Amino acid sequence: MKRRNFLKACLIGGTTIAMGKTNKGWASGSFEGYPESMGVLVDTTRCIGCRSCEAACNKEQKLPEPDTSFDDKSVFEEPRRPTAKAYTVVNQYEKEKPGGPVYRKVQCNHCNEPACLTSCFVNAYTKTKEGAVIYNSKVCVGCRNCMIACPFNVPGYDYESVTNPVIKKCILCYDTRLKVGKPPACVDICPQEALTFGHRADLIKIAHERIRSNPDRYLDHVYGEKEVGGTSWLYLSGTEFDKIGFDPSLSNDPIISNVKDFLGMVPMVLSIWPALFSGIHLLSKHDSGGEGHDTESKEEEP
Amino acid sequence: MSSYKHLIVAALSLGAISVFTPLAAQCAAVPDSVTLNQNGTLYKPFAFNHAKHIQQLKECAGCHHHTTGTLVLDPECARCHQNSSPTAVVSCKGCHSAKPFSPETLAEKHADKQRYHKDKMGLKGAMHQSCIGCHQKEGAGPVGCQECHPRTEAGEAFNSSSRLGAKPAHAKKH
Ligand code: SF4
Ligand code: SF4
Ligand code: SF4
Repeated sequence: MKRRNFLKACLIGGTTIAMGKTNKGWASGSFEGYPESMGVLVDTTRCIGCRSCEAACNKEQKLPEPDTSFDDKSVFEEPRRPTAKAYTVVNQYEKEKPGGPVYRKVQCNHCNEPACLTSCFVNAYTKTKEGAVIYNSKVCVGCRNCMIACPFNVPGYDYESVTNPVIKKCILCYDTRLKVGKPPACVDICPQEALTFGHRADLIKIAHERIRSNPDRYLDHVYGEKEVGGTSWLYLSGTEFDKIGFDPSLSNDPIISNVKDFLGMVPMVLSIWPALFSGIHLLSKHDSGGEGHDTESKEEEP
Repeated sequence: MSSYKHLIVAALSLGAISVFTPLAAQCAAVPDSVTLNQNGTLYKPFAFNHAKHIQQLKECAGCHHHTTGTLVLDPECARCHQNSSPTAVVSCKGCHSAKPFSPETLAEKHADKQRYHKDKMGLKGAMHQSCIGCHQKEGAGPVGCQECHPRTEAGEAFNSSSRLGAKPAHAKKH
């Protein structure tokens, strides 16, 4: 099975993307680069749409007060996507169906091979060994490449801060919890244990075991095991995934190649790059502390 | 909590289990009311009407799976536990950990490659799924958060309920 080599792909600036072969893909679609990766298994058949996870995320990440309280169920009227003010949202689907509605929590999926990371030409993003995809907002220039690159429409743009335009998204509670081995705030609060935190490799086994022991409850698919090269957040469902807001067109290949195409299509963005370079360079020299940066390479001017 | 547990444990250890029938009358040592959510911070503790549930459910094992004398009901469990004797522990918290995702628990699980029960639910999940799941299935009983446990002041602040009635969050963007 061919898979793009992640580390080399990080060096996207002007060089070709190296193709690489991973070890034979046995069972899990996780690529071998992050053996210690943690993750969260979302069991949509358990979720009751209480929105506690949204409230917990809001507090943990010190996000602004919501427009309405977290027990306001009218937000379910239409599907939402994560924003700079809400790193996670719960959506409702299949309301009219018998046995419905079905709820699904949406947040960054913490891809094994993150398109946001590869699309970012100031290297604001880092994939940590624990699996979290984090970013350095001091380096971010607000170009929004990652917003377009992300296959799950995750990164939110902080429109309110004109002076420091930055992207914001779920960081798997890296700073406050994941780093010290604690479960994310949303997992901690979930009353239904619809969210299971653990080693990604264990979660994949658990997910398949749930399907095996409850074949009537689940579709025989663990979403995120293989999609776009595998993600740290995994999903079980009893309803077809495209009916609960997943994009059925995503393949198991990482998005890296698409990102490259995309970068070729945005001369506008790239043309402002040299102007920004010196400023960013100074900034990034101050904030070189982001652990796990896989590359020290500087982007080349196009 | 622990006193009735001890009574049942004593009954089981005396072999009383063999003459148990799943009738409510047989569960005499059982409390009528149990205070749940004792350490709740966002939601208040509340009295769970145990007696009423016994009357309605009849089968103890409907909730206390593999603990109170009835043979395992779940065919999946029965594959191995068809003839297992009941466990001595009756309360949910006796088996289901309040901290299912603590670093220690996860490390232990990760290290023990042969462990079969890798997916044992935590206490909070076990209780909510048991209660809400049954209430949904039966179409009776509360399913909303505050129908069982009213919020504390901290809980109100946590949900920012003071702002209930403001326009829906999604109305602003797009
Ligand atoms: S889901 Fe989107 S934002 Fe999150 S890691 Fe993947 S590409 Fe990046
Ligand atoms: S992992 Fe943390 S940041 Fe991400 S949605 Fe959950 S609470 Fe929010
Ligand atoms: S806290 Fe759990 S049950 Fe509630 S909406 Fe979030 S995932 Fe669903």
